[in-house]
Amino acid sequence: MGILNKLDSRIEQFESGNIIITTADKLLNWSRLSSIWQMFFGLACCAIEMMATSASHYDLDRFGIIPRPSPRHCDIILISGTVTLKMATRIKRLYDQMPSPKYILSMGSCANCGGPYWEHGYHVLKGIDRIVPVDVYVPGCPPRPEALLEGLLKVQDKIRSQSIAKTNKA
Amino acid sequence: MEITEIYNILNTVFAEDALEIKTDLPVESFFIVKAVAINPVCFFLRDEDSLQFDSLSCLSGVDFDKDNLAVVYHLYSYVHNHKLTLKVIVPKSEPKVPTVSDVWATADWHEREAYDMVGLIFENHPDLRRILCPDDWEGFPLRKDYKVQEFYRGMKVPY
Repeated sequence: MGILNKLDSRIEQFESGNIIITTADKLLNWSRLSSIWQMFFGLACCAIEMMATSASHYDLDRFGIIPRPSPRHCDIILISGTVTLKMATRIKRLYDQMPSPKYILSMGSCANCGGPYWEHGYHVLKGIDRIVPVDVYVPGCPPRPEALLEGLLKVQDKIRSQSIAKTNKA
Repeated sequence: MEITEIYNILNTVFAEDALEIKTDLPVESFFIVKAVAINPVCFFLRDEDSLQFDSLSCLSGVDFDKDNLAVVYHLYSYVHNHKLTLKVIVPKSEPKVPTVSDVWATADWHEREAYDMVGLIFENHPDLRRILCPDDWEGFPLRKDYKVQEFYRGMKVPY
């Protein structure tokens, strides 16, 4: 069974009857990481690679990553390109409108640190992490679809390790 | 039509000191037009049958030298297949140039960009707001003495 392969080894399956025993965390995390809905949002040349990744060759759909036209439906924003200061205020607002848990993947050099605009780009935000918390950085200018997929798998890994129970860790 | 012929036509209509021809430079020849005359000169260039500059190819703002800004107009006539360059030079202390957006509608956004980037003020422009930078941006980024602001809405701007 496909579902059973995706859940981890702690799952127990009974020989008869449709009963599966697992932890609530594992079940929740599995459902969350299998349907990461992304914001329908592109910024610059990285957005072209993002679209290529969405298209049939690389097929983001198979990971349950579907573009959604409203931030209220979304789990992740791919910051796909140069973030101007003018756009940064909009991104902050979109991020604030997303329901938790929410994730940010910073794609390409511009979103990571300003890229080629780091010195003379008066209008460019030198890294999206100055305004919103970033979960995964994907380097490249722009990153190839394989690199973006790797980054999204890292986001899945991150979700897989989360817990709904509050811990006392700082 | 050659630039000297255009100059002779303009000279019969406009005052002697309204425009000056520059042909001795290694670049393409151009006119330097007084700021006050630019709007009527452009109307004339557009409407005169033998000239018919029906297209403003480009309008650029320039940080010209230490004390001056300039506007450069590149005109083209699809009817006569000739072209012309005009320059208006104004002091940085009072960088006011009459708009030509009533002559060519193209000039509307070009003038907004020139205002946004080098701070030229186009008088009688219908909607002179910044076009690229945010409305609350400080300074004019393509001025040679531009210093970038430290923060924009709480976001640090320099690297």
